[in-house]
Amino acid sequence: MIDYSKVFNSTVEEMKPSGIRRFFDIAATMEGVISLGVGEPDFQTPWHIRKAGITSLERGKTKYTSNSGLMPLREEISRYVERKYGVKYNPENEILISVGGSEAIDGVIRAVTQSGDEIIIPQPSYVCYEPMTALAGGTPVIIETKAQDDFKLTPEALKAAITPKTKALILPYPCNPTGAIMEKEDLEKIAQVLKDTNIVVISDEIYAELTFGKRHVSFASIEGMWDRTVTINGFSKTFSMTGWRLGYACGPKEIIKNVTKIHQYAIMCAPTTAQYAAIEALKNGDEAVENMKKEYNRRRKLMVSSFNEIGLTCREPKGAFYTFPSIAVSGMGSDEFCEKLLMEEKVALVPGTAFGESGEGFIRASYCYSTEHIIEAVERTGRFLKKLGK
Amino acid sequence: MKSEIVKLLTENARYTFDQMAKMLGCDAKTVEAEVKALEKEGIIKGYKTIVDIEKCEDAPVSAMVELNVIPKADLGFEEVAQRVAEYPQVESVYLMSGGYDLNVVVKGKSLHDIARFVAKELATIDSVTSTATHFVMRRYKEMDVILCENEGDDREYIL
Repeated sequence: MIDYSKVFNSTVEEMKPSGIRRFFDIAATMEGVISLGVGEPDFQTPWHIRKAGITSLERGKTKYTSNSGLMPLREEISRYVERKYGVKYNPENEILISVGGSEAIDGVIRAVTQSGDEIIIPQPSYVCYEPMTALAGGTPVIIETKAQDDFKLTPEALKAAITPKTKALILPYPCNPTGAIMEKEDLEKIAQVLKDTNIVVISDEIYAELTFGKRHVSFASIEGMWDRTVTINGFSKTFSMTGWRLGYACGPKEIIKNVTKIHQYAIMCAPTTAQYAAIEALKNGDEAVENMKKEYNRRRKLMVSSFNEIGLTCREPKGAFYTFPSIAVSGMGSDEFCEKLLMEEKVALVPGTAFGESGEGFIRASYCYSTEHIIEAVERTGRFLKKLGK
Repeated sequence: MKSEIVKLLTENARYTFDQMAKMLGCDAKTVEAEVKALEKEGIIKGYKTIVDIEKCEDAPVSAMVELNVIPKADLGFEEVAQRVAEYPQVESVYLMSGGYDLNVVVKGKSLHDIARFVAKELATIDSVTSTATHFVMRRYKEMDVILCENEGDDREYIL
């Protein structure tokens, strides 16, 4: 018999399952649960994009593409990021098509990290950066961003976290779960701290097109930052294409070359059908994105006002599709709050702690749901608070 | 603001003033005043319920009737269209481009009921030169709402 206790990489064994999961495994066994939990759009991929995928299949485009991805797609991405964010990348060797943004993030972390290297991760943030860093043999260095700073990364906090071992900084804005964005002047202050260092910036801009009021500023567009920055983006959130699994990394050819090596051996290439659909998305998807954004914005305003009305202080999230209200008024911790809310009113939310310890005292509510659904979920949450006497 | 309110109410006429105010970022009193104004101006004509009538007992039968009409010198199609619209059996009347003039949606208790109405009432109007009746066999979508059973929310919790 095999002794499994001797089989596994200890880093993998010690990895905890994502905190987002825990409640939903419980919720899945209950009747009548209403959820604000998922992190993916409720819209279908716009039809003309789906059609482009179907057409590619009809034409028999079922082979591998090159490792870096279809050249016409890389050319479209190059045009797209230039017209949207004013940053230039050569489609020849500065763009890599990946399986979702996640694969690209993992690839860049692995390409730069050696045992003992420190990767700075602002939190609360998406759950993948810490385990990916650990798997690559690096040491995650957490910066706890604060509500009073609108969950932005401050230059002071960054400066304090940098050591001679710092290899890279993850810049996760617009931010899941806080909805925080970094404006041009915020990014310029970060650039000031980084400019004389050798630190690589992994800028996860997957929600770049989902900002409200302010246009997204890409970190690579900040003066002097292009050659240390890898920008991660993708199709999942912007074009509602989560299931197609398609993202990309843009960066200096020196970095992209090494990330491509990992991609080449681990993945070979991103799905071909998705790549054809993505070309159509970039060429003709602007109007559909604008319409989805209008709908998100309406839900966002509804959710923020409704949470504030029932007594949960909720800042205005400027990006992504989440609100991150404070539950301080309940006197409970995030986990306890979410568990009791699920049991008593059958509302499923994600505790802020799923995104790092600094998420304590907050909950993440996604507005990838119909307005009727949001109204019902907030109503139940309000009833729950009332029963608590809050 | 007005067009935003019309859009919201077209989606869901049961939104409260307060809910709309939250979505539009203004106060409920303002929305209420705008809705009243829209009603007064006749832009909002009424509020009805979308029903899947195939699930109801005594579901009425519907037909689309194409009418060819000789327009009047001064009044064009207005006179006959308005006359047709007066019938309680008529659900909607549209002036069409293309092969015929008026599209009339008619409802009745039975096919026979509608056939009789078309033959006795619509076909006998002086300026009507011909009719073609198409019965509705099944409804799949009504006023933007898909009526066939859909799959619901199939998103998984993956992380």
